[in-house]
Amino acid sequence: MNISREKLLWAYERMRLIREFEDRLHADFAAGKIPGFVHLYAGEEAVAVGLCAHLRDDDFITSTHRGHGHCIAKGVDLRAMMAEIYGKATGACKGKGGSMHIADVDKGMLGANGIVGGGPPLACGAGLTAKLKGTDQVTVCFFGDGASNQGTTFEGLNLAGIWKLPVVFVCENNGYAETTSPRYSVSGQDIAARARGFGMPSIAIDGLDFFAVYEAAGEAIARARRGEGPTFIEAQTYRYYGHFEGDSIRYRTRDEEAYYRSLDCLQRFRQTVTA
Amino acid sequence: MPVITYRQALNDTLGEELARDPNVLLMGEEIGVFQGSYRVTEGLLAEFGPKRVVDTPIAEEGFVGVAIGAAMLGLRPVVEIMTINFILVAIDQIVNHAAKIHYMFGGQVSVPLVIRTPSGGTGQLAATHSQSFENWFAYCPGLKVVAPATPYDAKGLLRAAIRDDDPVIFIESLALYDTKGEVPEDDDYVLPIGIADVKRPGTDVTVVSYSRMTAVALQVAQRMEQEGISVEVVDLRSLRPLDRPTIIESVKKTNRAVVIAEDWYSYGVTAEIAATIQEEAFDYLDAPVYRVAGLEVPLPYAKELSAASKPNANNLIYAIRQVMRGTKRMR
Repeated sequence: MNISREKLLWAYERMRLIREFEDRLHADFAAGKIPGFVHLYAGEEAVAVGLCAHLRDDDFITSTHRGHGHCIAKGVDLRAMMAEIYGKATGACKGKGGSMHIADVDKGMLGANGIVGGGPPLACGAGLTAKLKGTDQVTVCFFGDGASNQGTTFEGLNLAGIWKLPVVFVCENNGYAETTSPRYSVSGQDIAARARGFGMPSIAIDGLDFFAVYEAAGEAIARARRGEGPTFIEAQTYRYYGHFEGDSIRYRTRDEEAYYRSLDCLQRFRQTVTA
Repeated sequence: MPVITYRQALNDTLGEELARDPNVLLMGEEIGVFQGSYRVTEGLLAEFGPKRVVDTPIAEEGFVGVAIGAAMLGLRPVVEIMTINFILVAIDQIVNHAAKIHYMFGGQVSVPLVIRTPSGGTGQLAATHSQSFENWFAYCPGLKVVAPATPYDAKGLLRAAIRDDDPVIFIESLALYDTKGEVPEDDDYVLPIGIADVKRPGTDVTVVSYSRMTAVALQVAQRMEQEGISVEVVDLRSLRPLDRPTIIESVKKTNRAVVIAEDWYSYGVTAEIAATIQEEAFDYLDAPVYRVAGLEVPLPYAKELSAASKPNANNLIYAIRQVMRGTKRMR
C-alpha cells in the first residue's frame, strides 16, 4: 500500500490524540469534573482516522453520540471540543450542545448526534446538496451497530441508492449497542450483508487495523467522488470503555476486554510501520 | 387584486420562489410526475426539472432528514408531507434535529426548511387520516408554525416561510384548497411570520381561530350579526411565534372570548390561547373563556359520527351565546 510518510505521521498523531483525549476525559469524569453523558471512542481510533485520512476539509461527516474521535479525525479544534464538554462559552457550540452534540460545520463536521440513527438521513442531505450543486464533495456517515437496526439507516441507504449519492456509510460495529450484542439484535448474516440488498458495494473489515480501514475507505471515497454512488463499510471494532462513563460494564467479560486490548490499533500501527 | 384559489396561491408562490432563488427545491411524495396529491405542485416539475422538484419514496423520516442536511448546507428545501398524519414518522428528525441544530450547535448554521402539509379532517377520511397535530410542533422551541386561512395569507406566509432561515411547519387544509380570495400580484409581497390578523372587527366577543376554523368563524360572525351580536375574529395565522398582544388587545376590547380549533380539546391550541387570555386579560373578562375543539376520540368514519366529532359552526354559535350570557359551559 502506498501511503506517504506525512500521511502516516498525520494518521498516527490523530489516533494518538483521540486516545489521549478520551483517556483524559475518562479520568476527569471519574474525578467528578464532567457532568452528563460522555461516550468515549478509545479503541476505535483506526476507523475515524482511516476514513478521514481520505477526506478534504470541504468534505462532510455525520457522527454519533460517540463522536469525539470523528471530530478529532476531521480536524475540529481540541480546545473547543474540551471547552464544549466542560460547558464553557468558548466551546465549539458555545456550551449549548455538550459532548453528544459537538459540531464544526466549517470543518465539515455536521454534528455528533444524540439520537441513534439520526445521522444517515442528514448525511444523505449533505450528499444530495453536493450532487445538486455539482461538486465532488463526499460525505461519510458514521453510525454504530445499534443504529444499523434503525429505520432511518435503511431509509438513508435506500435514498442514497436510488439517487446515487456520494455518501460512504460506515457502521462501527463495536460489539455492543449500549449493552446489547448484535448477536442478539441483528438479524441476518452480518450488518454488511444488509447493505447489499440496497444495491451498493458493501464489505466487512477489521476495524482495528488502520491499514485495512484506510484501503477500504480509499476505494469507497474515490468511488463516491467519481459520482458512482454510495458504499457501505462495516468496520468491526471495540470500545475500551463502557457505553457511557459510569457504565458498570456487566455485559462483557474482562477476558474479552483484555483480548481486544491485545489487538490495540495504535500498537498494531506502530508494529506495521516499524517492521 | 386577482381572485384565485388557495391552491393556486400556493402553486404560484412555489413557482416564483423556485425561479427567484436557485437554492430552493421541492421534495415530497408524488409531487413531481403526479403533480401532487392535492395538485399544489402542478406544473412545477415540467417547468423546473427533477433537480428542483424531487420525487421521494414513501420514507418521511428519511427524506425530511435529507432536507434538513441539505438546509444545513445552504439549500432551502420545501418539503411536502402528503397529510400531517404522515409526519409522525418524521417527528424525530423535525424535533430532535431541525428544531435544535441552530441553537444546539451554538448558532453555527441555520436550517432554512419548510414543511408544507394539510392538517385537519374532511370527507370521512377516518381516524388515521384526519388529525390535527400542529400543536405538537407549536410546542417545540426552534420551530415556527404558520397556518393561513385565506389565499392572501397563504401566499404571503409561504413566501415568508421559504425566505425564513428557521424551520417552518406550514399548515394547509384540504377544505381550504378550493376557497377563493384576492391575492396581491406584487413580487415583494411577504407577510411577516408571527402577526395575527383581525379578519373581522367586532365589539361584543372575540373569536380566536386559525386555518379552516377562521373560515367557519367568519361565517358564524356574519350570522351572529343578524342576532345583534358583534363578533371580532382574530385569525392567529401563526401558532409559533404566537401573537399574544393582538389576542389580548381584542379581548380587552370585547371582554369575552371563544377559542376554536380543530385539534383535540385537552392540551390543544385552545388551551394555550385560553391560558394566555387569563394570564394577561383576566380583569377584563366578563365571562370565562370558552373553548371549542375536537371531540376526544379517534375520528370515526361514519358520516354522522365524523360530523359529530369535529367542531363546527353550530358549536361555535352555541359557545358565543354562552359567553354572551356570561355562563359557564358544563363539560
